[in-house]
Order: sequence, then C-alpha cells, then structure tokens
Amino acid sequence: MADLQTYSHDAGWKNTILRGLLYLVLILFAAYYLFPLIVMVATSLKSLDEIREGSLISLPRVVTFDAWNYAWNEACIGVECTGIKIYFWNSVKMAVPAVLISTFLGAINGYALTKWRFKGANIVFALLLFGCFIPFQVVLLPMSQVLGKIGLASSTPGLVLVHVVYGLCFTTLFFRNYYVSIPDELVKAATIDGAGFFTIFWRIILPISTPIIVVSVIWQFTQIWNDFLFGASFASGANAPMTVALNNIVNTTTGVKQYNVDMAAALLTGLPTLLVYVLAGKYFVRGLTAGSVKG
Amino acid sequence: MGASQSTESNLTASIQRHLSKIVVAPSFAASLFFVYGFILWTGYMAFSKSRMLPVWDWAGLRQYERLWQMERWHVAIENLLVFGGLFIVTCLIIGCFLAVLLDQRIRAEGALRTIFLYPMALSFIVTGTVWKWLLNPGLGLENMMHDLGWTSFTFDWLVNSDMAIYTVVIAAVWQASGFIMAMFLAALRGVDQDIIRAAYMDGASLPRIYFGIIIPSIRPVFLSAIVVLAHLAVKSFDLVIALTGGGPGYSSDLPATFMYTMAFQRNQLGVGAASAMMMLATVMAIIVPYLYSELRGGKKNG
Repeated sequence: MADLQTYSHDAGWKNTILRGLLYLVLILFAAYYLFPLIVMVATSLKSLDEIREGSLISLPRVVTFDAWNYAWNEACIGVECTGIKIYFWNSVKMAVPAVLISTFLGAINGYALTKWRFKGANIVFALLLFGCFIPFQVVLLPMSQVLGKIGLASSTPGLVLVHVVYGLCFTTLFFRNYYVSIPDELVKAATIDGAGFFTIFWRIILPISTPIIVVSVIWQFTQIWNDFLFGASFASGANAPMTVALNNIVNTTTGVKQYNVDMAAALLTGLPTLLVYVLAGKYFVRGLTAGSVKG
Repeated sequence: MGASQSTESNLTASIQRHLSKIVVAPSFAASLFFVYGFILWTGYMAFSKSRMLPVWDWAGLRQYERLWQMERWHVAIENLLVFGGLFIVTCLIIGCFLAVLLDQRIRAEGALRTIFLYPMALSFIVTGTVWKWLLNPGLGLENMMHDLGWTSFTFDWLVNSDMAIYTVVIAAVWQASGFIMAMFLAALRGVDQDIIRAAYMDGASLPRIYFGIIIPSIRPVFLSAIVVLAHLAVKSFDLVIALTGGGPGYSSDLPATFMYTMAFQRNQLGVGAASAMMMLATVMAIIVPYLYSELRGGKKNG
C-alpha cells in the first residue's frame, strides 16, 4: 500500500483536491459497473408501453411485476410456453449433485495425493490438472457421441456427469493445495494410534477443511450454474438448463419483443450466483484467484 | 487358523497401503478417458472424412485444408485477434488503474470492491442479454442520448457488421475488468513497505514510486492476468451467442462459435473437429510456457 496521505510531499490543500478527485473517479466507475444492473431492474419493472415511451434510465412510473410473473410462469422457450421455472429446477437438479460429487471427489483426491503419497503422485496430479486448461470445444463431439451411447443424451444426469468430469481438476487442485499446508504429523500421529485412511479423512481432515469446501462449492456452483456451452450442446428441449432457456427467450424472433420479460428472465437467471457472491464474496474471490491463476 | 488370520491381515494391510491409489484411480481414469481420450478422438476425427456423421475413413489433412479455405474461419481468427487484443489491454489498464485508486486508504473500499467485481458472478448469457438491450439502436443508449438532447448521436454497432465484434469487447470488459482489479489489488498489498518508505524518504514522488518501484515489482501479476484473460478470450462463446449470435451474418464469429456452428448446425463434423484442434493448440501455446515458467519459478523459491 502506497497511498497519498502517507507518501506525499505536497501541501495539505493540494492533497484534499486530489482525494476529492480520487473519490469522484471511483464513484464514476462504480456507476459504470452498476448501470447495467440498474437498467435491468428498472426495465423488468416497467410495462412494455412505458419502455417504448420512456428512456433507458428512467425509473418505472408504475411498478409492475407482470414481467417477472410472465417470465417465471408463461414465457415461451421454443414451442413450450411453460415459463422459465422448469428450467430453473433443471439447473438446480443439475448443479446440486454435480457440485457435491465433484467437491467430494476433489477432497478425497487432494487428501490421497498429499497425505498418502504414492510413487508417481505428482505426475498423476499434473495429468489431472491439464483438464483445467483445455478449451471444451475439443471434447464436445466425442462427448455427445458417448452420452448418446450410454443413454444420457439430452438429460440432466448426462450434464451432471459432464460437469463432474470437467470440474474434478479444479476441485482436486483446491483441496490438494490446501492439504499441502497441513502438517503431515497430524496424519502420522493418528496412524500410530491405529486409525486408517478413511477414519483419518472423516475424523481429522474433513473437520478442518471447511474454508476450502466453501471455496470449492462456490466455485463449482458458479461455474455449473453459469455454464452455457455444455447445456446447449448436450441438453436441448425440456431438459435444458436455465442459461439455455434464457438465451432462447431473448433470441427468439417470433412475436413482439418483450424487453421487460427478457430482463426479468436474465435477473432470475443471475440471482442465485449473485446471492452467493453477496453472501460469501470473500470465498468467491479466493476461488476465482486460485482457480484462474492456476487454471 | 493362525496362518489364515495372518493372510487376512496381510491382505488388509496391503489394501490399506494401496488405498490411496485406489481412491484416486476413478478420477484418474475419468481424466484419461474424458480429457486425453477425447482429445485424441477429436484429433482423429479431424483427419477423417466425417461430415454429417462421424466416420473413420482417413482423409489426411483434407479437413484442415477446407477449414483454412473458409472465409468464415478467417473472419473468426481475425475477430479473435481484435477481440482478444482489445479485451486484454483494456482489462489490464482498467484493472490496474482501479487497483491503484483503491489502494489509497479509501473509506468504502469493501463496498466499492463488491460493486467492481459482481459482474464476474454472472453468466455470460446474462451479461450478453443486458448489453444487447443497452446497445440496441432503437430503445437503448442511442435513444437515451437523444432524450438527453444529443440528437445526432448514433450507435448502431450491434447491427453493423464492421463494428459488432467491438460490442463483444465492451461487454466482456465490463464483466472481467473487476476481477483483474482484484488480482492487482492483492499484489499491491503484498509489496514490501520498507522499500516504498525508503524511496519516499529519498524524496521520490508518488507517481515515481508507482512507476519506478511498485509496478515493476508486481510484474508477475501482469503475466498471470494476461494468461487468464487470453484463456478467457479463446474460450469466449456464450457472450457472442447471447449478444450478437455471431452476426450480422458471421461478422462477429469467434473460433469457439465457429466450431459450434460447424459441429452442431452445419453437419461439418470434420471441419468442426479441425477447428477445435486449432483452438487447443492456441491455448496450449499460451498455457504451457506459462506453467513451465511457474513451476520452475516455484522450484527456485523452495
């Protein structure tokens, strides 16, 4: 930290002006980041007539939740006019198992790779890690054939499988890096007391893993909930996740363009991850940095 | 009886010894099949005659030749260079600038950081939907400027085939720049305070301290940020689909959307596979040297 107040050779009044400017610039940037969100909320609460008459930034004169209701219950995705709600539940049914399974596998892999090192453990880890970096386009075609062969094409279990397989490298990375810093003596002492592989995992390792479990769950949830590529490639129609349904609503070319419904549907899609971010922002950032810098 | 007991305990001991490997094996096998196997599979497909259906007949480099003869692929590559370049540079400038500003003992730092970073929690589809609405020529920003009295203001980039790719840059920068800010801020907090104090005592001004000492000392973060952003740029798919759909025509196509179109809509499996292999090669060209230097650096440090 090198800040104006501590490190300035200038007179006091000059500093005051500079600090004023500093806050002004920061507030302008905050406005830039918030602008789309505000417009989104305002548009979703207006009627279509008001949108056509009014301006982008004007607040709704009459607040109406019609667009939200329509997006949730009635909006058409393709020929099905069931609203986005069934796709919301599709996403939930996809994300919850995929997050839990991949986090659990990551934890046990990380534990095995650090506390019960076998010959070649580092090579196994490096080979696993590679999966974090590939552009997923390179696995799309084989995956769609395999999912078809095993009868999981266009299904939620199929998407769960895909997200577990390609999320594993991240969760293993998180847990491995976390367990590396835990002293080996902890495990050694327990082995002398006669505890085995799984006893130590359940009784000693898991109870001290809460922070990294939170990071892993948040990271995986955000990734899986926000995914579009796998959803669009492997689950069309009634089993599509919410992002695919949203894109369908927005980019449909038939009928009158209902901007308020588009915005309500976009907000509904964004709300779960936004909520996670607001509630656990610290862990979210930690996952981003760990997951992105190393992956 | 005693003998059988000891074999049993030998077996348990042996299982215990190998338990670690047994536990990792399923994940490792999955990775071998779904990552390495699939890459080879796609690689082979790119050498096959596959069009509508996957076939195993060898076609040599025919699919790559067809790929590189397609005008659309060249547009996608050029767009990736334009988009990637602008996206990376703009995010770095905004991210670094904001981090330096936030590092001045700002009163509401936590709140501001939350605001700068929240777009990163959103799906690119949501971001694309919002910016499509903001930038639409009829009722969006253009209309807003007209209402504010600037009647000659026009902004039709979204439907202009020469400019559509720049709208993708605008939306992508909005989404990712806050994250780059967070990376830089973490690095700034780690700079050695004693060096800064010493330079200050020597009479160095604040800009000199920043450009002479702080920014050079966080150079590794620039590299990490560039790698992260380049990786994001090559993988960009959702944002283009939601914002421009690759259009008008195919003017804002990127390799990721090109591959998807060829594989799932145009019945050109072979060309799709070839373009996917080109994408993999691009990502590897960025990531492998970076990882190599990171791992070597790690060893050096301990």
